[in-house]
Amino acid sequence: MLGGRRAVWVSAVSTLAFFVVIVVLVANAPGADVVRRGFFAPEHLRGAFPDVAVKFFLVNAQMFLMAEVLVLIFGLLLAVLRSLPGPVMFPLRLVAIAYIDFFRGMPLLLWLFIVAFGFPGLGIRGISGLSQFSYGVIALTMVYSAYVAEVYRAGIESVHESQTSAARSLGLSSGKALRFVVLPQAIRRVIPPLLNDFIGLQKDTALVAAIGLVDAVRTAQGYSTTHFNFAGYVVAAILFVAITIPLARLTDVLLARQQRRTQAGGGR
Amino acid sequence: MSGVVNGEVLRLEKVHKSFGKLEVLKGIDLSVADHEVICLIGASGSGKSTMLKCVNLLEPVNSGRIVVEGEEITAPGVDVNRIRRHIGIVFQAFNLFPHMTVMRNITLAPTEVLGHSKKRAQSEAEELLRRFGLLDKKDEYPDRLSGGQQQRVAIVRALAMNPDIMLFDEVTSALDPELVAEVLNVIRGLAETGMTMVIATHEMGFARDIANRICFLDAGRILEEGPPEQIFSSPREERTQRFLQRIIEAGRL
Ligand SMILES: Nc1ncnc2c1ncn2[C@@H]1O[C@H](COP(=O)(O)OP(=O)(O)OP(=O)(O)O)[C@@H](O)[C@H]1O
Ligand SMILES: [Mg+2]
Repeated sequence: MLGGRRAVWVSAVSTLAFFVVIVVLVANAPGADVVRRGFFAPEHLRGAFPDVAVKFFLVNAQMFLMAEVLVLIFGLLLAVLRSLPGPVMFPLRLVAIAYIDFFRGMPLLLWLFIVAFGFPGLGIRGISGLSQFSYGVIALTMVYSAYVAEVYRAGIESVHESQTSAARSLGLSSGKALRFVVLPQAIRRVIPPLLNDFIGLQKDTALVAAIGLVDAVRTAQGYSTTHFNFAGYVVAAILFVAITIPLARLTDVLLARQQRRTQAGGGR
Repeated sequence: MSGVVNGEVLRLEKVHKSFGKLEVLKGIDLSVADHEVICLIGASGSGKSTMLKCVNLLEPVNSGRIVVEGEEITAPGVDVNRIRRHIGIVFQAFNLFPHMTVMRNITLAPTEVLGHSKKRAQSEAEELLRRFGLLDKKDEYPDRLSGGQQQRVAIVRALAMNPDIMLFDEVTSALDPELVAEVLNVIRGLAETGMTMVIATHEMGFARDIANRICFLDAGRILEEGPPEQIFSSPREERTQRFLQRIIEAGRL
């Protein structure tokens, strides 16, 4: 117990010393003053914060929350289509595989351009004439569903085939076996990698600035051009990072728990 | 299902089954009467598991017919889910659903397949659990149970569908020796209630006690069949003799 407390002290002291050294070094580095004024001037941080934060929550956060929900559903649909058994289902499997291959290779930025600038010109009702925001959500959902479908699929395949046999042998249809026996186990196993993909998705909402949507990044850019100061970018960066940290920690916790369970050998 | 026909619950006629080029079942003929208990014995790889899986339509047969209660289940276009309701099967590995409690494991199929109300399914499950001394485990998850308990729950789960015939595929071979008896006793209890059963097993003592008839499977054929006294004391076929000799040498009889 004493040893434990001592270890805490040692790590606290060494951490403090480490950061003091870093701060002193950085503060005395050549150009430190310019950086401080350009990026971290308190009056500019304060000045940029309200607009950037409002846009962050109204545009970026709202967009990734909507996309995440849609991705969870659409990705699952793709994964299920892809793992349908039997020759009758072959065309559906093929469509799912083609979709996943295509969108995993498609750069998100490019697809954003195609959706946001291309879809309006198609003149198709329900697809053209949507808001830029909707196009952003659609493009994010389409691309990220392909990744998430693969995550789900790995989970589905990790459930031993004997589970399906057991379910089928009780008279459950393949659909019910999937729904009651396979998917619940699969989803539980893929939550950590799923959260990982969500971290990527949240960051990638920054790309919607490129289709002219006024989000946190665009607002920061506006601030920098009118005030000749980069503090707006810093504010946006802090917001993006801050919102992913809880997800990253949650992923760690879940992964650690899973590891414990498999090591204990109980969690079949 | 049209019910028991001429006292026969299950019939296999010239059943052939191949995995790719490997022919595993080479023409199996077998008739199982109502209330009969059949034990399948034979070396590893002789086709016991495959035969049971074919009866439960978990594996399609290549040719031949399987008839359950007068209905040919190997005919094209039969509703496999309807057929399986009448046939209970328990496997070697414990295939309980790990994310469900014991109770939910048992009530899933009665509610989702038979359309029973949750209340009815639960009270029937409780009755079965009580009968097999497992009632206090109803809210546990499978990984908190011993192997023997898991296997008994798997049996209860199959029984909850009220099957006409039960298939057992080496249900004790993954168990620690001290847990084997409790599972075998459950099966003995079922035999006493008149359940029709086909049991693949390596437990020869058990087979001798419980079976009305022993079928010795050898390389995909039923080489010899007869009452246990005859098979175990005066087997006709040389290969049966050799198989039993090896079992005796291994101290398993
Ligand atoms: N799904 C499969 N694909 C290919 N070959 C298989 C498959 N299932 C079983 N076999 C083969 O079929 C043969 C018979 O296997 P089966 O499991 O029926 O034997 P068994 O009598 O149950 O043996 P054991 O006593 O070891 O359980 C074996 O050679 C096995 O390798
Ligand atoms: Mg076997």
